[in-house]
Amino acid sequence: MTAPAPMKSGRNRVLAFAVAVATVGAATLACGPSMFEIPIETPIKAKLDVSSFQRVLIAGFVAGGSDDIDTNQETVRLLRSQLRSKSSLRVIDADAMALQDVAQEQNRTANGASATNEVTPDPTAPAAAQALPLPLRIREEKDLEPYERLFANTSYWRRIGEEYQNPLIVTGTVLFAPNTRSGYVSRDVERYDGFGRRQVIPERSFQERKGFVLRPKFVFIDGRTGATIYSESYREEVLYTAQQNTPALSSYFELMDRLVPNFLSALSSQKVKGTRSLLN
Amino acid sequence: MKRAIAACVLLLVTTAIAPLLADQRNEAKAQVDFGIEVAKRGLWREAIYRWERAIQIDPTYGAAFNDLAVGYEHEGQLDKARQAYEKALQLEPDNPQIRQNFELFKEINDRTGANEKRP
Repeated sequence: MTAPAPMKSGRNRVLAFAVAVATVGAATLACGPSMFEIPIETPIKAKLDVSSFQRVLIAGFVAGGSDDIDTNQETVRLLRSQLRSKSSLRVIDADAMALQDVAQEQNRTANGASATNEVTPDPTAPAAAQALPLPLRIREEKDLEPYERLFANTSYWRRIGEEYQNPLIVTGTVLFAPNTRSGYVSRDVERYDGFGRRQVIPERSFQERKGFVLRPKFVFIDGRTGATIYSESYREEVLYTAQQNTPALSSYFELMDRLVPNFLSALSSQKVKGTRSLLN
Repeated sequence: MKRAIAACVLLLVTTAIAPLLADQRNEAKAQVDFGIEVAKRGLWREAIYRWERAIQIDPTYGAAFNDLAVGYEHEGQLDKARQAYEKALQLEPDNPQIRQNFELFKEINDRTGANEKRP
């Protein structure tokens, strides 16, 4: 009657040991990972090979939208100053070109030529497009579309290239326009309860917000051939509450600040700083 | 008696297999830890070598793929970084740190990508 007792206690010991080994094994395998934050710098290669150019001409932009700022002048000035400090290319100092007037003039010439047959139309421009009128006031995106053919006029850009000793030419379109949007906006509201405890509660309210939208298209032209080698478009917007009165120029710089690194990355390699988590 | 035999079998299996699995992960983890230490000192190429060794030893080690992706990203090898992040997330789909790293990586790529056109 006394025999089973030691056997039972032995079995229990075996089971306890097995559980202990399994626990240690599991703990080794499932040991919680640690995390280490580390700063990194991601090198981004330039999108364009500009090694064959020594100089860059920020020619000018077909610009429109808000009347509060001269978008063409401001864009030329900003991009030149950025390239001076962040690119190896020599920036050509010249007056910003009034490309809207240039395009209007080219359009008149093309239409006059087709009517009187005095001048041979530009073979690079589509015949049907030559007849399209160019809007004098640029208010929205579709007003900029007819101006696109200016950038395809290789003979014109080759002539500009010759004038400035074959640089890389940067031009394009910029729309900087007022923007209004209504909708529900979520914001954190600070409240204190009966015991004086602070609480932050998210609150949704319907608001009318106004701001600006910036829609630039940068066109890079080889000054030796007049041909477009690359182009890129961006869209950025900023909205403020109706009570806020932010000057147009401030909003313009706020939006351009977001785009400038992207513009620069087309011409020179950049390093984007950030933080990542390493795990073990 | 049968229970005692079963317990012994369980003990043998646990003691034989668990350490084997743990050894593989431990060896890979040692490589990962070393990689982290050298990365902290700015020796990223050595770190990448260690993390590549780690995923060879244990191809199911999600954290090692994550670290390797960070290393590739730092060295500008963006295609390799994307592949490593995707593999890390495949192994650990619910890991918030890996997900966040990948989101930040994609943000840079999207930002520099824009809407570009070449003739």
